[in-house]
Amino acid sequence: ILPRKISFNISYLQTFLCSHRAIAGSGKVHYLPYYLPCPEIFSMKLQYTEEKLIQLFPQLFYQQPRVLAPKRQDVLTVTPWLAPIVWEGTFNPEILDSAYRPLNLTIGVTAFAVGKYTRFVRRFVESAEQHFMRGYQVKYYIFTDSPGAIPQVQLQPGRRLVTVPIQKFSGWQEISMRRMEAISRHVAEVSHREVHYLFCLDIDMVFHNPWGPETLGDLVAAIHPGYFQVPREQFPYERRSSSAAFIPEGEGDFYYGGAVFGGLVRKVYEFTRTCHMTILADKANGIMAAWQEESHLNRHFLSHKPSKLLSPEYIWDDRKPKPPEICLIRFSTVDKNYKEVRD
Amino acid sequence: RRDVLLLTPWLAPIVWEGTFSRDILDAQYVQKDLVTGVVTFAGEKYWFFIEGFMRSANKYFLAGHQVNFYLFTDSPEKISPLQMAPENHLFVIPVQNCSGWQDISTSRMDIISTYIHSQLQHEVDYLYCIDIHVQLLAHIGVEIIDALVATISSWQFTPHGGNNARETRPEAQAASPEGQWDFHYTASFYGGSVSEVYKLARACSEGVMEDREKGVEARWCDESHLNEYLVHRKPTRLLSPEYCWDTGL
Repeated sequence: ILPRKISFNISYLQTFLCSHRAIAGSGKVHYLPYYLPCPEIFSMKLQYTEEKLIQLFPQLFYQQPRVLAPKRQDVLTVTPWLAPIVWEGTFNPEILDSAYRPLNLTIGVTAFAVGKYTRFVRRFVESAEQHFMRGYQVKYYIFTDSPGAIPQVQLQPGRRLVTVPIQKFSGWQEISMRRMEAISRHVAEVSHREVHYLFCLDIDMVFHNPWGPETLGDLVAAIHPGYFQVPREQFPYERRSSSAAFIPEGEGDFYYGGAVFGGLVRKVYEFTRTCHMTILADKANGIMAAWQEESHLNRHFLSHKPSKLLSPEYIWDDRKPKPPEICLIRFSTVDKNYKEVRD
Repeated sequence: RRDVLLLTPWLAPIVWEGTFSRDILDAQYVQKDLVTGVVTFAGEKYWFFIEGFMRSANKYFLAGHQVNFYLFTDSPEKISPLQMAPENHLFVIPVQNCSGWQDISTSRMDIISTYIHSQLQHEVDYLYCIDIHVQLLAHIGVEIIDALVATISSWQFTPHGGNNARETRPEAQAASPEGQWDFHYTASFYGGSVSEVYKLARACSEGVMEDREKGVEARWCDESHLNEYLVHRKPTRLLSPEYCWDTGL
Protein backbone atom coordinates (compact mmCIF):
# COMPACT_ATOMS: atom_id res chain seq x y z
CA ILE A 1 0.00 0.00 0.00
CA LEU A 2 1.80 3.13 -1.20
CA PRO A 3 1.22 6.44 0.49
CA ARG A 4 -1.08 8.73 -1.43
CA LYS A 5 0.32 11.44 -3.63
CA ILE A 6 -1.51 14.28 -2.04
CA SER A 7 0.48 17.28 -3.13
CA PHE A 8 3.40 18.11 -5.36
CA ASN A 9 5.69 18.14 -2.33
CA ILE A 10 5.07 14.49 -1.61
CA SER A 11 5.56 13.44 -5.19
CA TYR A 12 8.99 14.99 -5.41
CA LEU A 13 9.86 13.57 -2.01
CA GLN A 14 9.03 10.14 -3.35
CA THR A 15 11.14 10.78 -6.40
CA PHE A 16 13.94 11.70 -4.09
CA LEU A 17 13.47 8.49 -2.16
CA CYS A 18 13.61 6.43 -5.34
CA SER A 19 16.68 8.13 -6.65
CA HIS A 20 18.38 7.89 -3.29
CA ARG A 21 18.06 4.14 -3.38
CA ALA A 22 19.67 4.00 -6.77
CA ILE A 23 22.62 6.12 -5.70
CA ALA A 24 23.67 3.73 -2.91
CA GLY A 25 25.73 5.88 -0.62
CA SER A 26 27.59 8.09 -3.03
CA GLY A 27 26.51 11.09 -0.95
CA LYS A 28 25.14 13.18 -3.76
CA VAL A 29 21.68 14.60 -3.39
CA HIS A 30 20.01 16.10 -6.41
CA TYR A 31 16.37 16.73 -5.68
CA LEU A 32 16.24 18.29 -2.23
CA PRO A 33 15.30 21.96 -2.38
CA TYR A 34 17.80 24.30 -0.72
CA TYR A 35 15.72 25.06 2.34
CA LEU A 36 15.54 21.45 3.58
CA PRO A 37 18.41 20.96 6.03
CA CYS A 38 20.70 18.02 6.86
CA PRO A 39 20.95 16.10 3.64
CA GLU A 40 24.05 14.24 4.75
CA ILE A 41 22.28 11.71 6.96
CA PHE A 42 20.12 10.60 4.05
CA SER A 43 23.10 9.30 2.16
CA MET A 44 24.73 7.38 4.95
CA LYS A 45 25.10 3.67 4.44
CA LEU A 46 24.89 1.87 7.74
CA GLN A 47 26.58 -1.30 8.90
CA TYR A 48 24.31 -2.89 11.46
CA THR A 49 25.25 -5.17 14.31
CA GLU A 50 24.43 -8.69 13.24
CA GLU A 51 20.72 -9.36 13.33
CA LYS A 52 19.58 -12.34 15.31
CA LEU A 53 16.54 -14.43 14.52
CA ILE A 54 15.02 -16.72 17.09
CA GLN A 55 16.73 -20.00 16.62
CA LEU A 56 16.47 -22.33 19.51
CA PHE A 57 14.00 -22.80 22.33
CA PRO A 58 15.64 -24.83 25.09
CA GLN A 59 13.79 -27.50 27.01
CA LEU A 60 11.09 -26.06 29.21
CA PHE A 61 8.13 -27.59 30.93
CA TYR A 62 4.94 -25.60 30.78
CA GLN A 63 1.24 -26.04 30.38
CA GLN A 64 0.21 -27.11 26.90
CA PRO A 65 -1.53 -24.33 24.97
CA ARG A 66 -5.12 -25.16 24.11
CA VAL A 67 -6.31 -24.43 20.62
CA LEU A 68 -9.97 -24.13 21.54
CA ALA A 69 -9.46 -22.13 24.71
CA PRO A 70 -7.94 -18.73 24.07
CA LYS A 71 -7.02 -16.90 27.26
CA ARG A 72 -8.07 -13.50 25.97
CA GLN A 73 -11.45 -13.56 24.27
CA ASP A 74 -12.33 -9.99 25.09
CA VAL A 75 -9.78 -8.24 22.92
CA LEU A 76 -8.29 -8.41 19.43
CA THR A 77 -5.01 -10.30 19.62
CA VAL A 78 -4.03 -10.36 15.95
CA THR A 79 -4.25 -7.61 13.35
CA PRO A 80 -5.72 -8.20 9.86
CA TRP A 81 -2.17 -8.45 8.56
CA LEU A 82 -1.39 -11.14 11.14
CA ALA A 83 0.78 -9.06 13.44
CA PRO A 84 0.36 -10.05 17.10
CA ILE A 85 -1.16 -7.56 19.55
CA VAL A 86 0.52 -8.08 22.90
CA TRP A 87 -1.84 -8.28 25.88
CA GLU A 88 -1.38 -9.92 29.25
CA GLY A 89 -2.37 -13.55 28.84
CA THR A 90 -1.40 -13.87 25.20
CA PHE A 91 2.19 -14.86 25.83
CA ASN A 92 4.33 -16.91 28.15
CA PRO A 93 7.24 -14.77 29.39
CA GLU A 94 9.33 -17.80 30.31
CA ILE A 95 9.25 -19.26 26.82
CA LEU A 96 10.21 -15.95 25.28
CA ASP A 97 12.98 -15.31 27.80
CA SER A 98 14.39 -18.78 27.19
CA ALA A 99 14.71 -18.00 23.50
CA TYR A 100 15.89 -14.40 23.67
CA ARG A 101 18.30 -14.37 26.63
CA PRO A 102 20.96 -16.56 24.98
CA LEU A 103 21.10 -14.21 21.99
CA ASN A 104 23.04 -11.66 24.03
CA LEU A 105 21.05 -8.71 22.75
CA THR A 106 21.43 -5.08 23.62
CA ILE A 107 18.23 -3.06 23.75
CA GLY A 108 18.49 0.70 23.29
CA VAL A 109 16.08 3.26 24.73
CA THR A 110 15.86 6.86 23.57
CA ALA A 111 14.12 9.49 25.68
CA PHE A 112 14.11 13.27 25.42
CA ALA A 113 14.57 15.39 28.55
CA VAL A 114 14.61 18.98 27.34
CA GLY A 115 14.13 22.06 29.53
CA LYS A 116 12.05 21.25 32.59
CA TYR A 117 11.56 17.64 31.47
CA THR A 118 14.85 16.68 33.07
CA ARG A 119 12.93 16.35 36.32
CA PHE A 120 11.34 13.13 35.01
CA VAL A 121 14.58 11.32 34.31
CA ARG A 122 15.16 9.83 37.73
CA ARG A 123 11.78 8.15 38.06
CA PHE A 124 11.88 6.98 34.45
CA VAL A 125 15.27 5.32 34.79
CA GLU A 126 14.70 3.94 38.29
CA SER A 127 11.42 2.30 37.25
CA ALA A 128 13.05 1.04 34.04
CA GLU A 129 15.76 -0.60 36.09
CA GLN A 130 13.07 -2.47 37.94
CA HIS A 131 10.76 -3.43 35.08
CA PHE A 132 12.24 -2.83 31.61
CA MET A 133 13.95 -5.83 29.97
CA ARG A 134 15.24 -7.28 33.22
CA GLY A 135 18.20 -9.52 32.65
CA TYR A 136 19.11 -7.97 29.31
CA GLN A 137 21.76 -5.46 28.35
CA VAL A 138 20.24 -2.02 28.00
CA LYS A 139 21.62 1.30 26.81
CA TYR A 140 19.71 4.44 27.73
CA TYR A 141 20.21 7.43 25.44
CA ILE A 142 18.92 10.55 27.19
CA PHE A 143 18.74 13.44 24.72
CA THR A 144 19.01 16.71 26.59
CA ASP A 145 20.02 20.34 26.33
CA SER A 146 21.35 20.34 29.88
CA PRO A 147 23.47 17.24 30.55
CA GLY A 148 24.37 18.59 33.98
CA ALA A 149 20.77 18.33 35.10
CA ILE A 150 20.61 14.58 34.44
CA PRO A 151 20.88 12.71 37.77
CA GLN A 152 23.24 9.78 38.30
CA VAL A 153 21.05 6.74 38.76
CA GLN A 154 22.32 3.40 40.05
CA LEU A 155 22.09 0.86 37.21
CA GLN A 156 22.04 -2.95 37.16
CA PRO A 157 25.09 -4.67 35.65
CA GLY A 158 25.14 -4.73 31.86
CA ARG A 159 23.20 -1.48 31.62
CA ARG A 160 24.52 1.95 30.75
CA LEU A 161 23.21 5.47 30.43
CA VAL A 162 24.62 8.15 28.14
CA THR A 163 23.46 11.69 27.57
CA VAL A 164 23.18 12.99 24.03
CA PRO A 165 23.44 16.77 23.75
CA ILE A 166 20.81 18.44 21.60
CA GLN A 167 19.72 21.94 20.86
CA LYS A 168 16.72 23.36 22.67
CA PHE A 169 14.11 24.63 20.24
CA SER A 170 11.44 27.20 20.91
CA GLY A 171 8.04 25.79 21.71
CA TRP A 172 7.19 22.32 22.94
CA GLN A 173 5.68 21.31 19.58
CA GLU A 174 8.96 22.03 17.83
CA ILE A 175 10.92 20.11 20.45
CA SER A 176 8.52 17.18 20.05
CA MET A 177 8.77 17.08 16.28
CA ARG A 178 12.55 17.45 16.19
CA ARG A 179 12.78 14.14 18.01
CA MET A 180 12.45 12.23 14.74
CA GLU A 181 15.39 14.08 13.28
CA ALA A 182 17.47 13.64 16.41
CA ILE A 183 16.76 9.93 16.69
CA SER A 184 17.49 9.14 13.05
CA ARG A 185 20.67 11.16 13.16
CA HIS A 186 21.80 9.44 16.34
CA VAL A 187 21.05 5.99 14.92
CA ALA A 188 23.08 6.81 11.83
CA GLU A 189 26.01 8.09 13.83
CA VAL A 190 26.05 5.96 16.96
CA SER A 191 23.36 3.56 18.05
CA HIS A 192 23.22 1.34 14.97
CA ARG A 193 26.56 -0.02 16.10
CA GLU A 194 25.64 -0.44 19.74
CA VAL A 195 22.18 -1.94 19.95
CA HIS A 196 20.07 -4.55 18.14
CA TYR A 197 16.66 -3.21 19.05
CA LEU A 198 15.69 0.35 19.86
CA PHE A 199 12.68 1.76 21.69
CA CYS A 200 11.78 5.43 21.57
CA LEU A 201 9.86 6.39 24.68
CA ASP A 202 8.53 9.54 26.28
CA ILE A 203 10.46 10.57 29.39
CA ASP A 204 7.50 11.81 31.43
CA MET A 205 6.36 8.27 32.10
CA VAL A 206 7.00 5.49 34.58
CA PHE A 207 7.20 1.69 34.41
CA HIS A 208 4.87 -0.14 36.79
CA ASN A 209 5.01 -3.72 35.56
CA PRO A 210 7.26 -5.97 33.48
CA TRP A 211 8.16 -4.98 29.96
CA GLY A 212 10.06 -7.84 28.40
CA PRO A 213 11.07 -9.57 25.13
CA GLU A 214 7.41 -10.00 24.15
CA THR A 215 7.77 -6.44 22.87
CA LEU A 216 10.64 -7.19 20.50
CA GLY A 217 9.87 -7.22 16.81
CA ASP A 218 10.92 -5.79 13.46
CA LEU A 219 8.72 -2.71 13.73
CA VAL A 220 6.68 -2.16 16.88
CA ALA A 221 3.95 0.39 17.56
CA ALA A 222 1.67 0.89 20.56
CA ILE A 223 -2.07 1.50 20.56
CA HIS A 224 -2.96 4.87 22.06
CA PRO A 225 -4.92 4.48 25.33
CA GLY A 226 -7.39 7.17 24.43
CA TYR A 227 -8.57 5.65 21.16
CA PHE A 228 -8.61 1.87 21.35
CA GLN A 229 -12.32 1.75 22.03
CA VAL A 230 -13.52 4.19 19.38
CA PRO A 231 -14.20 3.83 15.66
CA ARG A 232 -11.68 5.16 13.13
CA GLU A 233 -13.81 8.20 12.24
CA GLN A 234 -13.00 9.56 15.68
CA PHE A 235 -9.26 9.03 15.46
CA PRO A 236 -7.47 12.40 15.62
CA TYR A 237 -5.62 11.79 12.37
CA GLU A 238 -4.50 14.83 10.41
CA ARG A 239 -7.49 15.53 8.16
CA ARG A 240 -6.17 18.42 6.07
CA SER A 241 -5.16 17.16 2.66
CA SER A 242 -2.35 19.69 2.36
CA SER A 243 -0.40 17.92 5.10
CA ALA A 244 1.97 15.02 4.45
CA ALA A 245 0.38 13.25 7.41
CA PHE A 246 -3.09 13.34 5.85
CA ILE A 247 -5.28 10.28 6.32
CA PRO A 248 -8.67 10.48 4.60
CA GLU A 249 -11.95 9.41 6.20
CA GLY A 250 -12.58 5.72 5.91
CA GLU A 251 -8.93 4.77 6.24
CA GLY A 252 -6.86 3.77 9.23
CA ASP A 253 -6.29 0.62 11.26
CA PHE A 254 -5.54 1.91 14.75
CA TYR A 255 -4.51 5.14 16.39
CA TYR A 256 -0.93 4.66 17.52
CA GLY A 257 0.66 6.68 20.32
CA GLY A 258 3.78 8.74 19.73
CA ALA A 259 5.08 7.98 23.22
CA VAL A 260 6.12 4.40 22.36
CA PHE A 261 7.55 2.88 19.21
CA GLY A 262 10.52 0.74 18.37
CA GLY A 263 11.91 -2.30 16.63
CA LEU A 264 15.07 -3.43 14.93
CA VAL A 265 17.48 -0.55 14.80
CA ARG A 266 17.50 -0.41 10.99
CA LYS A 267 13.70 -0.31 10.90
CA VAL A 268 13.59 2.48 13.46
CA TYR A 269 16.12 4.36 11.34
CA GLU A 270 14.01 4.07 8.19
CA PHE A 271 10.89 5.02 10.08
CA THR A 272 12.27 8.08 11.89
CA ARG A 273 14.00 9.26 8.75
CA THR A 274 10.79 9.09 6.74
CA CYS A 275 8.83 10.89 9.45
CA HIS A 276 11.48 13.56 9.59
CA MET A 277 11.13 14.09 5.86
CA THR A 278 7.35 14.31 5.95
CA ILE A 279 7.61 16.78 8.84
CA LEU A 280 9.98 18.88 6.74
CA ALA A 281 7.61 18.71 3.81
CA ASP A 282 4.87 20.11 6.03
CA LYS A 283 7.20 22.84 7.25
CA ALA A 284 7.88 23.82 3.68
CA ASN A 285 4.14 24.08 3.22
CA GLY A 286 3.70 26.12 6.38
CA ILE A 287 1.53 23.55 8.11
CA MET A 288 1.90 21.69 11.39
CA ALA A 289 0.06 18.39 11.84
CA ALA A 290 -2.71 18.13 14.43
CA TRP A 291 -0.67 16.06 16.88
CA GLN A 292 2.80 16.86 15.63
CA GLU A 293 4.99 13.85 15.00
CA GLU A 294 2.30 11.50 16.27
CA SER A 295 0.23 12.34 13.17
CA HIS A 296 3.19 11.59 10.95
CA LEU A 297 3.82 8.36 12.84
CA ASN A 298 0.23 7.30 12.21
CA ARG A 299 0.47 8.16 8.53
CA HIS A 300 3.63 6.09 8.21
CA PHE A 301 2.22 3.09 10.05
CA LEU A 302 -0.82 3.07 7.80
CA SER A 303 1.34 2.50 4.73
CA HIS A 304 4.08 0.47 6.41
CA LYS A 305 2.26 -1.73 8.84
CA PRO A 306 4.01 -2.61 12.09
CA SER A 307 5.02 -6.23 12.57
CA LYS A 308 3.89 -6.17 16.19
CA LEU A 309 1.50 -4.04 18.21
CA LEU A 310 1.59 -3.33 21.92
CA SER A 311 -1.73 -3.03 23.73
CA PRO A 312 -2.47 0.12 25.77
CA GLU A 313 -0.98 -1.73 28.78
CA TYR A 314 2.32 -0.51 27.38
CA ILE A 315 1.30 3.12 26.90
CA TRP A 316 -1.21 4.12 29.51
CA ASP A 317 -2.49 7.48 30.68
CA ASP A 318 -3.07 7.49 34.42
CA ARG A 319 -5.75 10.12 34.12
CA LYS A 320 -7.99 7.59 32.36
CA PRO A 321 -10.14 5.19 34.38
CA LYS A 322 -8.97 1.59 33.94
CA PRO A 323 -11.39 -0.53 31.87
CA PRO A 324 -11.71 -4.29 32.54
CA GLU A 325 -9.73 -5.17 29.40
CA ILE A 326 -6.62 -3.58 30.86
CA CYS A 327 -5.46 -6.13 33.43
CA LEU A 328 -2.06 -4.68 33.99
CA ILE A 329 -0.55 -1.26 33.45
CA ARG A 330 3.09 -1.51 32.49
CA PHE A 331 4.07 1.97 31.40
CA SER A 332 2.10 5.16 32.01
CA THR A 333 2.21 8.90 32.28
CA VAL A 334 3.35 10.80 35.32
CA ASP A 335 0.82 13.24 36.66
CA LYS A 336 1.97 16.74 35.86
CA ASN A 337 0.94 20.30 35.26
CA TYR A 338 1.24 20.52 31.47
CA LYS A 339 1.17 24.30 31.35
CA GLU A 340 3.93 24.71 33.87
CA VAL A 341 6.30 22.11 32.51
CA ARG A 342 5.95 23.13 28.86
CA ASP A 343 6.95 26.68 29.66
CA ARG B 1 -12.94 -15.20 16.05
CA ARG B 2 -13.28 -15.54 19.78
CA ASP B 3 -13.64 -19.30 19.93
CA VAL B 4 -10.10 -20.21 19.01
CA LEU B 5 -6.55 -19.42 20.00
CA LEU B 6 -5.07 -16.81 17.68
CA LEU B 7 -1.60 -16.47 19.17
CA THR B 8 0.78 -19.07 20.49
CA PRO B 9 2.45 -18.44 23.87
CA TRP B 10 5.51 -17.33 21.92
CA LEU B 11 3.41 -14.82 19.98
CA ALA B 12 3.30 -16.60 16.64
CA PRO B 13 -0.04 -15.96 14.92
CA ILE B 14 -2.36 -18.90 14.25
CA VAL B 15 -4.12 -18.40 10.93
CA TRP B 16 -7.85 -19.05 10.94
CA GLU B 17 -10.48 -18.00 8.44
CA GLY B 18 -11.80 -14.58 9.35
CA THR B 19 -8.71 -13.36 11.15
CA PHE B 20 -6.88 -11.67 8.30
CA SER B 21 -7.27 -9.49 5.25
CA ARG B 22 -5.81 -11.16 2.18
CA ASP B 23 -5.76 -7.81 0.34
CA ILE B 24 -3.39 -6.21 2.81
CA LEU B 25 -1.17 -9.28 2.86
CA ASP B 26 -1.14 -9.52 -0.94
CA ALA B 27 -0.01 -5.91 -1.20
CA GLN B 28 2.85 -6.58 1.23
CA TYR B 29 3.87 -9.78 -0.61
CA VAL B 30 3.88 -8.17 -4.03
CA GLN B 31 6.17 -5.38 -2.82
CA LYS B 32 8.87 -7.88 -1.96
CA ASP B 33 8.91 -9.66 -5.32
CA LEU B 34 8.98 -13.18 -3.94
CA VAL B 35 8.80 -16.64 -5.48
CA THR B 36 7.24 -19.53 -3.59
CA GLY B 37 7.75 -23.21 -4.32
CA VAL B 38 5.70 -26.31 -3.56
CA VAL B 39 7.31 -29.71 -3.13
CA THR B 40 5.23 -32.85 -3.40
CA PHE B 41 5.91 -36.54 -3.77
CA ALA B 42 4.02 -39.02 -5.92
CA GLY B 43 5.38 -42.47 -5.19
CA GLU B 44 4.46 -45.63 -7.02
CA LYS B 45 0.98 -45.94 -5.59
CA TYR B 46 0.17 -42.23 -5.59
CA TRP B 47 0.59 -41.27 -9.26
CA PHE B 48 -3.19 -41.39 -9.53
CA PHE B 49 -3.50 -38.36 -7.24
CA ILE B 50 -1.22 -36.17 -9.30
CA GLU B 51 -3.76 -34.68 -11.66
CA GLY B 52 -6.27 -33.85 -8.95
CA PHE B 53 -3.62 -32.28 -6.77
CA MET B 54 -2.05 -30.23 -9.53
CA ARG B 55 -5.38 -28.99 -10.77
CA SER B 56 -6.56 -27.83 -7.35
CA ALA B 57 -3.17 -26.44 -6.33
CA ASN B 58 -2.80 -24.59 -9.61
CA LYS B 59 -6.19 -23.00 -9.05
CA TYR B 60 -6.09 -22.29 -5.34
CA PHE B 61 -2.52 -22.11 -4.10
CA LEU B 62 -1.28 -18.53 -4.05
CA ALA B 63 -3.46 -17.74 -7.06
CA GLY B 64 -2.13 -14.74 -8.95
CA HIS B 65 1.44 -15.12 -7.67
CA GLN B 66 4.29 -17.05 -9.20
CA VAL B 67 4.50 -20.61 -7.83
CA ASN B 68 7.04 -23.28 -8.83
CA PHE B 69 5.75 -26.81 -8.36
CA TYR B 70 8.36 -29.52 -7.86
CA LEU B 71 6.87 -32.95 -8.35
CA PHE B 72 9.11 -35.82 -7.27
CA THR B 73 7.98 -39.12 -8.71
CA ASP B 74 9.30 -42.55 -9.60
CA SER B 75 6.93 -42.90 -12.54
CA PRO B 76 7.29 -39.72 -14.61
CA GLU B 77 6.00 -41.50 -17.69
CA LYS B 78 2.57 -41.84 -16.13
CA ILE B 79 2.05 -38.11 -15.82
CA SER B 80 -0.25 -36.65 -18.42
CA PRO B 81 0.45 -33.08 -19.59
CA LEU B 82 -1.00 -30.60 -17.13
CA GLN B 83 -2.36 -27.18 -17.88
CA MET B 84 -0.62 -24.65 -15.61
CA ALA B 85 -1.55 -21.07 -14.88
CA PRO B 86 0.67 -18.64 -16.83
CA GLU B 87 2.61 -17.48 -13.76
CA ASN B 88 3.21 -21.03 -12.44
CA HIS B 89 5.82 -23.59 -13.41
CA LEU B 90 5.88 -27.36 -13.02
CA PHE B 91 9.11 -29.33 -12.67
CA VAL B 92 8.83 -33.11 -12.73
CA ILE B 93 11.79 -34.68 -10.99
CA PRO B 94 12.30 -38.44 -11.27
CA VAL B 95 13.44 -40.25 -8.11
CA GLN B 96 14.56 -43.81 -7.53
CA ASN B 97 11.91 -46.46 -7.24
CA CYS B 98 11.51 -47.53 -3.60
CA SER B 99 9.21 -50.35 -2.70
CA GLY B 100 6.63 -49.80 -0.03
CA TRP B 101 5.05 -46.63 1.20
CA GLN B 102 7.18 -46.52 4.29
CA ASP B 103 10.39 -46.15 2.32
CA ILE B 104 9.27 -43.28 0.17
CA SER B 105 8.03 -41.42 3.18
CA THR B 106 11.26 -41.85 5.08
CA SER B 107 13.35 -40.70 2.14
CA ARG B 108 11.36 -37.54 1.60
CA MET B 109 13.24 -35.40 4.09
CA ASP B 110 16.52 -36.50 2.65
CA ILE B 111 15.41 -35.76 -0.91
CA ILE B 112 14.06 -32.37 0.08
CA SER B 113 17.23 -31.28 1.87
CA THR B 114 19.47 -32.48 -0.95
CA TYR B 115 17.40 -30.74 -3.56
CA ILE B 116 17.21 -27.48 -1.64
CA HIS B 117 20.94 -27.47 -1.32
CA SER B 118 21.63 -28.21 -4.95
CA GLN B 119 18.92 -26.27 -6.69
CA LEU B 120 15.86 -24.94 -4.90
CA GLN B 121 17.64 -22.35 -2.77
CA HIS B 122 18.45 -20.46 -5.94
CA GLU B 123 14.97 -20.66 -7.39
CA VAL B 124 12.56 -19.83 -4.59
CA ASP B 125 12.37 -17.68 -1.46
CA TYR B 126 9.73 -19.72 0.34
CA LEU B 127 9.03 -23.42 0.07
CA TYR B 128 6.07 -25.55 1.15
CA CYS B 129 5.87 -29.31 1.36
CA ILE B 130 2.40 -30.64 0.69
CA ASP B 131 1.23 -34.24 0.53
CA ILE B 132 -0.03 -35.34 -2.88
CA HIS B 133 -3.31 -36.61 -1.49
CA VAL B 134 -4.22 -33.17 -0.10
CA GLN B 135 -7.07 -31.61 -2.03
CA LEU B 136 -7.24 -27.85 -1.96
CA LEU B 137 -10.86 -26.80 -1.79
CA ALA B 138 -10.52 -23.07 -1.27
CA HIS B 139 -7.96 -20.36 -1.76
CA ILE B 140 -4.77 -20.60 0.19
CA GLY B 141 -2.99 -17.31 -0.06
CA VAL B 142 -0.02 -15.35 1.19
CA GLU B 143 -1.23 -15.57 4.77
CA ILE B 144 0.88 -18.73 4.92
CA ILE B 145 4.15 -16.94 4.10
CA ASP B 146 6.50 -16.68 7.08
CA ALA B 147 9.92 -17.98 8.18
CA LEU B 148 8.81 -21.33 9.62
CA VAL B 149 5.21 -22.46 9.20
CA ALA B 150 3.46 -25.58 10.44
CA THR B 151 -0.15 -26.73 10.31
CA ILE B 152 -1.99 -27.92 13.39
CA SER B 153 -3.12 -31.46 12.80
CA SER B 154 -6.85 -31.97 12.58
CA TRP B 155 -6.38 -35.26 14.44
CA GLN B 156 -6.24 -33.31 17.69
CA PHE B 157 -9.93 -32.65 17.44
CA THR B 158 -11.16 -36.23 17.49
CA PRO B 159 -11.53 -38.37 20.61
CA HIS B 160 -8.91 -40.92 19.53
CA GLY B 161 -6.74 -38.81 17.29
CA GLY B 162 -4.76 -37.11 20.05
CA ASN B 163 -3.26 -40.38 21.25
CA ASN B 164 -2.66 -42.05 17.93
CA ALA B 165 -0.37 -39.41 16.62
CA ARG B 166 2.15 -39.42 19.43
CA GLU B 167 5.19 -41.61 19.31
CA THR B 168 5.28 -43.72 22.47
CA ARG B 169 8.39 -45.86 22.11
CA PRO B 170 11.29 -44.22 23.94
CA GLU B 171 13.96 -45.67 21.66
CA ALA B 172 12.65 -43.84 18.69
CA GLN B 173 14.46 -40.59 18.20
CA ALA B 174 11.27 -38.68 17.89
CA ALA B 175 9.80 -39.66 21.26
CA SER B 176 9.03 -36.70 23.47
CA PRO B 177 7.87 -36.76 27.08
CA GLU B 178 4.30 -35.74 27.78
CA GLY B 179 4.07 -32.08 28.58
CA GLN B 180 6.64 -30.94 26.06
CA TRP B 181 4.54 -30.79 22.94
CA ASP B 182 2.75 -27.55 22.18
CA PHE B 183 0.56 -28.66 19.33
CA HIS B 184 0.57 -31.65 17.08
CA TYR B 185 1.61 -30.60 13.62
CA THR B 186 0.79 -32.50 10.44
CA ALA B 187 3.49 -33.47 7.99
CA SER B 188 1.05 -32.98 5.13
CA PHE B 189 1.55 -29.22 4.97
CA TYR B 190 4.51 -27.31 6.33
CA GLY B 191 7.06 -24.88 4.99
CA GLY B 192 8.69 -21.51 5.34
CA SER B 193 11.75 -19.71 4.07
CA VAL B 194 13.97 -21.97 2.03
CA SER B 195 16.78 -21.81 4.63
CA GLU B 196 14.48 -22.80 7.50
CA VAL B 197 12.94 -25.65 5.53
CA TYR B 198 16.43 -26.85 4.69
CA LYS B 199 17.40 -26.96 8.37
CA LEU B 200 14.20 -28.77 9.23
CA ALA B 201 14.58 -31.34 6.45
CA ARG B 202 18.20 -32.01 7.36
CA ALA B 203 17.42 -32.49 11.05
CA CYS B 204 14.49 -34.79 10.30
CA SER B 205 16.39 -36.87 7.77
CA GLU B 206 19.23 -37.31 10.24
CA GLY B 207 16.73 -38.42 12.86
CA VAL B 208 15.22 -40.90 10.43
CA MET B 209 18.68 -42.24 9.56
CA GLU B 210 19.53 -42.77 13.22
CA ASP B 211 16.28 -44.57 13.86
CA ARG B 212 16.86 -46.83 10.88
CA GLU B 213 20.30 -47.78 12.15
CA LYS B 214 18.81 -48.78 15.47
CA GLY B 215 16.20 -50.78 13.61
CA VAL B 216 13.40 -48.62 14.88
CA GLU B 217 10.70 -47.25 12.63
CA ALA B 218 9.02 -44.13 13.97
CA ARG B 219 5.35 -44.89 13.68
CA TRP B 220 4.34 -41.90 11.68
CA CYS B 221 7.76 -41.34 10.11
CA ASP B 222 8.20 -37.78 8.97
CA GLU B 223 5.47 -36.48 11.22
CA SER B 224 7.12 -37.59 14.47
CA HIS B 225 10.43 -36.12 13.49
CA LEU B 226 8.80 -32.93 12.31
CA ASN B 227 7.07 -32.50 15.65
CA GLU B 228 10.21 -33.21 17.60
CA TYR B 229 12.07 -30.56 15.62
CA LEU B 230 9.32 -27.99 16.09
CA VAL B 231 9.36 -28.28 19.87
CA HIS B 232 12.72 -26.58 20.00
CA ARG B 233 12.56 -24.51 16.83
CA LYS B 234 9.11 -23.16 17.26
CA PRO B 235 7.24 -22.11 14.14
CA THR B 236 6.90 -18.39 13.51
CA ARG B 237 3.39 -18.95 12.18
CA LEU B 238 0.83 -21.70 12.57
CA LEU B 239 -1.94 -22.67 10.19
CA SER B 240 -5.20 -23.86 11.69
CA PRO B 241 -6.49 -27.33 10.85
CA GLU B 242 -8.69 -25.62 8.25
CA TYR B 243 -5.64 -25.64 6.01
CA CYS B 244 -5.27 -29.40 5.97
CA TRP B 245 -8.36 -31.18 7.15
CA ASP B 246 -8.08 -34.93 6.87
CA THR B 247 -11.30 -36.08 5.21
CA GLY B 248 -10.78 -39.50 6.72
CA LEU B 249 -12.03 -38.10 10.01
